[in-house]
Amino acid sequence: MSTKAMSPAASDDQDLLELPSQPLEMKMGPSHPATHGTVRLLLKLDGETVRHAEVEVGYLHRGFEKECESGLYYQAFPYTDRLNYVSPMINNVGYALACEKLFGVEVPDRCKYLRVIGSEISRMSDHYTCLGACALELGAFSAFLYGVEAREMVWDVMDEMCGARVTANYVRIGGLSGDVGPAFPAIVRDKLEQAGKLQQDFEDLLLSNPIFRERMEGTGKATSDELIALGVTGPLLRAAGVPYDVRRAQPYLVYDRIDFDIPVGEEGDNMDRFLVRVAELKQSRSIIEQCLEQLPGGPVDIDDPKIRLPGKGKVFTRMEELIAQFKLVTEGPLPPVGEVYLAVEGGNGELGFYLVSDGSGKPYKCRARSPSFANTQSLPTMVGGAMLADIIPTFDMINMIGGECDR
Amino acid sequence: MDEPERPPAEGAEPAEHPILVRLRAGFGDAVVSTHQFCGDATAIVAREKLLDICRWLRDDPDLRFEMLMDVTAVDYLGRTPRFEVVYHFYSLSKNHRFRLKVPLAENDPKLPSVVSLWSGANWLERETYDLYGIVFDGHPDLRRIYLYEEFEGHPLRKDYPKERRQPLIGPGSPGAPSDGGSGAGS
Repeated sequence: MSTKAMSPAASDDQDLLELPSQPLEMKMGPSHPATHGTVRLLLKLDGETVRHAEVEVGYLHRGFEKECESGLYYQAFPYTDRLNYVSPMINNVGYALACEKLFGVEVPDRCKYLRVIGSEISRMSDHYTCLGACALELGAFSAFLYGVEAREMVWDVMDEMCGARVTANYVRIGGLSGDVGPAFPAIVRDKLEQAGKLQQDFEDLLLSNPIFRERMEGTGKATSDELIALGVTGPLLRAAGVPYDVRRAQPYLVYDRIDFDIPVGEEGDNMDRFLVRVAELKQSRSIIEQCLEQLPGGPVDIDDPKIRLPGKGKVFTRMEELIAQFKLVTEGPLPPVGEVYLAVEGGNGELGFYLVSDGSGKPYKCRARSPSFANTQSLPTMVGGAMLADIIPTFDMINMIGGECDR
Repeated sequence: MDEPERPPAEGAEPAEHPILVRLRAGFGDAVVSTHQFCGDATAIVAREKLLDICRWLRDDPDLRFEMLMDVTAVDYLGRTPRFEVVYHFYSLSKNHRFRLKVPLAENDPKLPSVVSLWSGANWLERETYDLYGIVFDGHPDLRRIYLYEEFEGHPLRKDYPKERRQPLIGPGSPGAPSDGGSGAGS
């Protein structure tokens, strides 16, 4: 280290100014005030320039797959809530759709629309959290409060749907845990109206702020080729100009009946990622409004006592349904032997579930392909050669969700 | 409870998927079997030709699988070969998906790494190594990703009991790596 340079022999030397230098190794995290998410970055710095970065994940590893394998298919829903805990309903929907693909069933239209509404509410919650936390970590505390307040509004909608604000556990194989009430559309419209106003204030506060713009513009760039090779999806990939969105590329539920745009960026820097998310918030709101207009009546559950619980009214009065409920709860629904992969568009990209069935009531294998895992891997590519301070907005825009990345 | 309707899972091939037809034509001897279930085309191939097949999947102008979405493994304990490594591909330009599986024997769970083709395979292969103990030859940095170096065994193997507890090793405890140690420089 520098002690060598300070030795008496060196002081005689003429070029005293040329001190020997070596990269400074620095560990950032696992609990750093300017990163949301428990992760450790190992950095090699030359002054303030990042020469080498490495990400260490795993602090939130809870054995999602092992837990799912030891329970029945329907018992995995609460665990899926806790993958991306900022957008739980998308995980619910993704897992349910994978199971339904395996079981070979299709849910009624009303259920599909409600699932889309739930997914988009979750996406808004995810984006508000991501953008708000980004503002906070770049020093804009008041903007953060606007973002969080808007998130409260969309959580009120979630509350109205399923009674929970964060861990929804709303979706079931072949249906939903319950229908929404008659006042639901009015409540959603009211809450989204309020959230929209807050979002406008939030945008105005940040986008006209020169400090914020300087921290975001031109930082954390990565080319679309690099991102594709790394398997990055979602807003990060779209900000680099690739319009890949599972909702459009391989539509599920009723996304093919709804009119929406896929915002893309040009530069692929943090500012584009921010703007893509802001634009997606507006698209989500428009999707929800279209769903409310098109929302049909009818049941939300399939009528198949081998897969979906019969209603309590029947269970309490009829023998067959009582037996069906007993068997369903104790043995679970039994799928055919086989394997399926199904992807949905999560808050941060492609969220896929890969299920392997051996014909029993428990999944033989239940794998979640999480977007955060692939996205977090791209951090070194984005910050290599950049300034230390650029890591903060870049990491914010990657929006690593520990629960989903580490599973 | 017996299920009367077993699906036409493995073996039966109604109108084989075009990718599978081409795969058989190009790499016939390496293709162990193929099947389609719920519309997902799947091929089981030998590990010796894995890299060639992957390169063909990525570069062929009609396939163009630019994205490696997922790498994982399945432990079929009691079956030979015991393991299967599963790859999920997606093509942005062609908008199609494909699944590739490589069977591996219990006493030799090794196969070539595909990091040279998709850089995103790096963490995915590390994860598979960590949780299943599958070794990827040619991986630039094959070490555990979620668990710590001293962790014994691979928890997603079916013979790893879910109830088993291992001590959490923190900084300062005996046998713990020096802070940052094993991960940092290698």
